Amino acid sequence: MSTPEAHRDDFGSKIGMWLFIFTELLLFGGLFIVYSVYRFKNPVAFHLAGEELDTAIGTINTVILLISSMTVAMSITAVQLGHKKKAVFLLAATILLAIVFMINKYFEWSGKFGHGIYPGSEKLTELGTGEVLFFGLYFAMTGLHALHIIIGVIILAVMLSKVMKSTINTEYYVQLENGGLYWHLVDLIWIFLFPLFYLIA
Amino acid sequence: MSSESAAHTVKYKTYFFVLLALLVLTFTSVAITSIDLGTFAIAGALVLATIKSSLVLWFFMHLKYENKIFRIMIGLVLFVFLIVMIVTFLDYGFQR
Repeated sequence: MSTPEAHRDDFGSKIGMWLFIFTELLLFGGLFIVYSVYRFKNPVAFHLAGEELDTAIGTINTVILLISSMTVAMSITAVQLGHKKKAVFLLAATILLAIVFMINKYFEWSGKFGHGIYPGSEKLTELGTGEVLFFGLYFAMTGLHALHIIIGVIILAVMLSKVMKSTINTEYYVQLENGGLYWHLVDLIWIFLFPLFYLIA
Repeated sequence: MSSESAAHTVKYKTYFFVLLALLVLTFTSVAITSIDLGTFAIAGALVLATIKSSLVLWFFMHLKYENKIFRIMIGLVLFVFLIVMIVTFLDYGFQR
């Protein structure tokens, strides 16, 4: 055991990360409760508004996030086994998939804007309260999720550079594990956003 | 010092099979909601989403391999969430 390890506490570090994840789960959990109450109150409007969303693009983005979750999980195995090149490739692939997700999101949102559907738009107000609530939640929740994707990309990029510099290595990789946990959280939230917004029609 | 978290190396293959299961579940949920089953479709999709998130938590997020305390903690958080959900719907369900 070398001296820097005297100050290490991988277990505590992971506990800290999980506590942060719990706050995130309850943040989105609160939004899911708001969603279910409004849906309960406006079942028809939510059903009709849900038809406006493109199931295909939602499914593609789900597949992209699931694959990216696998690649980031695999990168930890690669680091543990000392397969540095593989780890770099897997992390780069994860970042690339995240960017593709955001590009899809961009086209999806700009399509909605093009149809006059955005928070506070005239068309939306004409449609009625239920639609306003559905799209309000849609933009708020997928927007907050997209913000997490952007932060996730930054975290993954830092992890990638640390793996390349071997600051993250076979002996010390708890940062990569925690970064991976953050990325899985993003995936976890999307797993529920997808059926609730794209599959309810 | 770092011996508490006995490093467990998960096989690439394990992750790949978990991904396959997740993809199958995703396409199943798309399929059951595309045929008109009414309320059952969305209930089914949510059950599948719960299974999917459990797979992510269990394998990708290493709950299977970590110290028991992590499983207890997430169990408590989900329990709190469930209580809040139930209390909310006890309120909205009975107010007419």
